Amino acid sequence: MKEKWWKPWLLLSPSLTAVFLLLVVPVCFVVVYSFWLRSPVGQDIPAFQFGNYAKFFADFFYPSILISTIRVALETVFLCLLMGYIPAYFFYKTESPFKPALMILVMLPFWISFIIRTLSWVNILGDSGLINHMLIKLGLISEPFAMLYNEGAVIMGLLQYLLPFMILNIYVSLDGIDKSLVEAAKSLGSTEWQAFREVTLPLSLPGVSAGCLLVFVLTCGTYLPPMILGGPGNEMIANLIFKRVIGTLDWPFGSAISSILLLLLVMIVYTYNRYMGISQIFKALSKE
Amino acid sequence: MQNKFFSGWTLIKLYTLLVYVWMFAPIVAVVILAFNPHQFGSFPMEGFSFKWFVKLSHNSSIIDAFKNSIVLGSCTAVLTTAIGVPAAMAFIRYDFRGKDFLNTLLIAPIMIPEVVLGVALLLFIRWLQQPKSFALLLIGHVVLTLPYVLLIVQARLVGIKKEYEEAAMVLGAGPFQTFKEITLPLLAPAVLAGMLFSFTISFDDVTATLFWATAQNQTVPVKIFGMLRNSISPEINALGAVMIFLTVSTPLLAGYISRRFAKGKDI
Repeated sequence: MKEKWWKPWLLLSPSLTAVFLLLVVPVCFVVVYSFWLRSPVGQDIPAFQFGNYAKFFADFFYPSILISTIRVALETVFLCLLMGYIPAYFFYKTESPFKPALMILVMLPFWISFIIRTLSWVNILGDSGLINHMLIKLGLISEPFAMLYNEGAVIMGLLQYLLPFMILNIYVSLDGIDKSLVEAAKSLGSTEWQAFREVTLPLSLPGVSAGCLLVFVLTCGTYLPPMILGGPGNEMIANLIFKRVIGTLDWPFGSAISSILLLLLVMIVYTYNRYMGISQIFKALSKE
Repeated sequence: MQNKFFSGWTLIKLYTLLVYVWMFAPIVAVVILAFNPHQFGSFPMEGFSFKWFVKLSHNSSIIDAFKNSIVLGSCTAVLTTAIGVPAAMAFIRYDFRGKDFLNTLLIAPIMIPEVVLGVALLLFIRWLQQPKSFALLLIGHVVLTLPYVLLIVQARLVGIKKEYEEAAMVLGAGPFQTFKEITLPLLAPAVLAGMLFSFTISFDDVTATLFWATAQNQTVPVKIFGMLRNSISPEINALGAVMIFLTVSTPLLAGYISRRFAKGKDI
């Protein structure tokens, strides 16, 4: 019973067409549009000039936002790792009958609206939020302590959004480790900690790096946490794009900023793919 | 030594517990504050009332936003699953040239920043001189959810053995009958999972949707974004609580149903 060769292509064609027409073509069009001229009235003028890019790099204002975006993304990656590794290790090791329920709980934030999760921090960190309310009640402070509208609050929102991705990636990697390797290390005389450091930790690195990449990329593409939890100085690159496109309707410049962001991320993902293979990330996401 | 590990393990448990508390404290706060009758929507709690929920139910623009979100989410779920499930079958059931490349190509959009996706599709539609419409939201959400549906459906399909279909064929069933009697029932949980997932992503999405929505086509998150411009009102907490309840209970319920379903089938 030989299968017909065209069968998989028939099954694939709707998806391929959709992705090509609605994603590949529009994204390429953004790059093309970034060379166009903005016209003061009416339609933008098709052209091939680097004015929009020159504007971006003309003074330090825009590049500094790009740099602070990268800095915030790196800080978020680091904190996600710090907060995520131990819970992932806990899931890997635990023999608790509640493990499936606990795993579902980690996944739950995936299902809760991003905007709700972001603004929920106002109830915790705000002037009349939970923390200030308790501190005043306890008599530790008399005036509310300003915790919102700074980089720390933005990172809180980002962490809340991204931590489940990190935990899941690390867990999938840990779960794939052959447990007999750890047993072997221990029977050869290494302590629990040594076995972890020499065997488990190195073998979990693919998941760690996949989680880091995903968190970095997703941080760079979001504008809500800086908008809701940040102050005027905490804008990120996606906020710039949003403002140019929705606010001032400067499409060619908005396209140029989008292209710069896209180029940065493509370079990072490409490098990652060369050394680690992108499929590691897909493995974790399909667990959901 | 046993004792030392035990204390290390206790620390790990404690740390995990703290991460849970940190992750859920803001969400729990939203739900609790939604019942606070106080007009600023913040602590302290001054009683317990459904006042804000009642107020929400009288707000026709929010009801409209809910209707839009549900219609959009359902259409997205049906459309994405309709094109995603065949593609997932192609990847799992067949071997062909360029398979890995195409699989990566279809899933890679997860790595494209949503803000760029939002700009790209809007720019393209504008260039084609089409107005923003429900159709734009729909195709946008299909593009947004397709990679996730592909991942999830593929993961479920791996578990379905091809032998069942072959057995049906050998026993004389035609290709159509085999699909209807064997493949489809076996596929149902994967299809359901894909639909649910795309519904929830569509229902919750805000980053790209803000670029595509119009005043007539506001979804609930877009509506919340508009309300935020003023300040965080208790109404937003109540709306948040409703959203949390809806998007959390749907997958849990569906998981339960599909497990019951699977038990009855005994495969």
